[in-house]
Amino acid sequence: MPEAHTTVAAADAVETVDGSKPAGRTPVRPARPGGLRKKLELTLLLAPALLLFLGFVLAPVGVAVYYSFYNWNGFGPLNDFVGLQNYHDAVAGPVFQHAIVHNLIIAGLSIAVQLPLSIGLALLLNRNLRGRSFLRLVVFAPYVLSEAITAVIWLLILQPGGFVDQVMRSLGLGGLIHQWLADTSIVLYTLFVVLTWKYIGFGIILLLAGLQGVPPELREVAALDGASSWQTTRHIVLPLLGPTIRIWIFLSVIGSLQVFDLVWIMTLGGPADSSATMATYLIDHGFRRYEFGYGSAVAVLLFIVCFAFALVYQRFVLRRDTDGALTRIVG
Amino acid sequence: MRRIRTSAAVALAAMVAFTAACSSSGGSSPAASATGPVTLTWWHNGTTDPVKTLWQQTADAYHAAHPNVSFTIDPIQNEQFTTKIPLALQGSTPPDVYQQWGGGQLTSQITSGKLMDLTSSVSSWISELGATAAGWQAGGKQYGIPYDQHVVGFWYRKDLFAQAGITAPPTTMDEFNADVAKLKAAKLVPVAIGSKDRWPDAFYWDYFAVRECSTDTLKQASTSLKLDDPCWTRAGNDLKAFLATSPFQTGFLGTPAQQGAGSSAGMIASGKAAMELQGDWELSTMTGLVSNTDFKSKLGWFPFPAVTGGAGDPSVALGGGDGYSCTTKATAACVDFLKYLASTDVQKKVAADGVGLPVNPAADSALTDPTLQTVSAYSSKASYIQMYFDIAFPTAVGQALDTAVADFFAGTGTPAKIIQSVTNSASGGK
Repeated sequence: MPEAHTTVAAADAVETVDGSKPAGRTPVRPARPGGLRKKLELTLLLAPALLLFLGFVLAPVGVAVYYSFYNWNGFGPLNDFVGLQNYHDAVAGPVFQHAIVHNLIIAGLSIAVQLPLSIGLALLLNRNLRGRSFLRLVVFAPYVLSEAITAVIWLLILQPGGFVDQVMRSLGLGGLIHQWLADTSIVLYTLFVVLTWKYIGFGIILLLAGLQGVPPELREVAALDGASSWQTTRHIVLPLLGPTIRIWIFLSVIGSLQVFDLVWIMTLGGPADSSATMATYLIDHGFRRYEFGYGSAVAVLLFIVCFAFALVYQRFVLRRDTDGALTRIVG
Repeated sequence: MRRIRTSAAVALAAMVAFTAACSSSGGSSPAASATGPVTLTWWHNGTTDPVKTLWQQTADAYHAAHPNVSFTIDPIQNEQFTTKIPLALQGSTPPDVYQQWGGGQLTSQITSGKLMDLTSSVSSWISELGATAAGWQAGGKQYGIPYDQHVVGFWYRKDLFAQAGITAPPTTMDEFNADVAKLKAAKLVPVAIGSKDRWPDAFYWDYFAVRECSTDTLKQASTSLKLDDPCWTRAGNDLKAFLATSPFQTGFLGTPAQQGAGSSAGMIASGKAAMELQGDWELSTMTGLVSNTDFKSKLGWFPFPAVTGGAGDPSVALGGGDGYSCTTKATAACVDFLKYLASTDVQKKVAADGVGLPVNPAADSALTDPTLQTVSAYSSKASYIQMYFDIAFPTAVGQALDTAVADFFAGTGTPAKIIQSVTNSASGGK
């Protein structure tokens, strides 16, 4: 998580620059024996990563901001300066507004559906049951597939009269069959189901790792005190899973805001933009219509949305986690 | 990790754009000599046979005759070109030869300064290709050479038509609608369409416009981008009436046009639908999708039916062509290679393999497939071939049209809104 690194590093920098608030931390003193060596070491170790970060993250963001002020078809010189017109067009355009809503629906559904499902399955797979490793492997398998492969597989499965329809018909659920990818009111939810299938394994593995951090002694103590299995889960395990859950929400929301590959391959954002996301809208305008200036403006908006969410979430939600032991590990 | 991969891709794209901006000042003329050994990087859309093999053989043959020229061939899926080409032309290492559909897209790409002006090198022989080559010109200069020409029309299954009791293909929209009803009554899917890709939808609107508008109006529209003649609205109304007959397969909004056996082309090849409005490339597309080529003998072709009361000349066809452009990075060998592609030898193979209609009339005789012979006969008699509007218009406008028509197919929008989105995009709106 680059965001975590940068904000923590920035906080450190502020602290040392004004120097007025040592807060129990040893201030960095210049001209210390070995200071030069330490600086050299830092430069050597940090430079490659810093260069990559500058060259492949910060510079492109800056360049995109620059492009976004122009009406530019991607070829030739930038000479049609339009100011904030591209931003205005995007924000005022109904398709982009719908795209944002679609992203928010996916993010909301992720938290409402994927999270409880992940927690439930993780708790189940944390028990001593027969074939546990195999089951863990099975739930994690979809996550290993690339998003493009997932999309192609599901595209075939969801074809009219395809595997899903056949299975439903043989189960006597023929009446529930819909045009999964062609019905404008359903397609977004179809895509959400596929996304869930693909990413549930990641949530489960993350939560299983979190569950390893729950000391067995606490469960024992709770059991001795007569707590039921549900009470132990509710009052001991879940609170201790808190940091993991909060990180999962963070990753999931950011992922939902940027979802692209799967949608693009399965529906191209259609029909009639009913499954368009901010990223498919960006590619559709930037690359397919050769509106690179406008596409850059949309990219910058997408960046702002994600960045704002990341900052707010760090500040108000993740802080209690990062203030504690995690700060020392991460920072 | 959705997040990391997407941001990396965006970053990479931006970097490519960035380097392009830095390096685009040095646009050079093609290297004069073709004597030294050169390797031409060739991007074409022949990802399936017969096109793939044909181009491989063509490159091998050219290399055998010109040992100094070798090829790096990169077949790219058709839908990928729209995204790959802008990036490549912004970068410092574009391909030497790449797929070029001409029209407004060509004009957009010329602004990159990376397209080779072929005018003087081809002036001696370009007239052999007839009027088709004009689609690859901009401002009186030749920026690409077509290797085939295309005509859009209805591909149909004779066996399924017979099954529904249809004796002759329809010639008017009224007959067409009656046939759709007959096919439905015979529990067949009347028309297949690949609406997921949007451009197949636009073919219908395009053709209704071609039938409703006079040839002069059509010609003016491609340059003025103004659709204020009432015939354009009538085209939308015709489309609306046609859609009301619900002629398409279930879930057509999610069907791709050319990818996989479940695509609209695959449905015709496997006899799951009776007809499809597609270009003459349909035959080679279908050959790549199914292993059994029995369907070829069952195919027929008829032109888009006449529309009663339309001002359009009924012999005008919708079409276009495939061609190649050389980039400024390429040597003179590139132009010579394009000339070779347009030569009678290669053109005969293009015709014989059913890749498309040869652009060189001398090769017409090599068309072996009877259906393609029908298409070729129709196209040679056409009074004018209107290039598909999404290609004829500048890219942004063309794509806006495709999207608006696709929305209309999906049940949103009005005939007026289609025109409005074209006008809006032409004036710089998003």
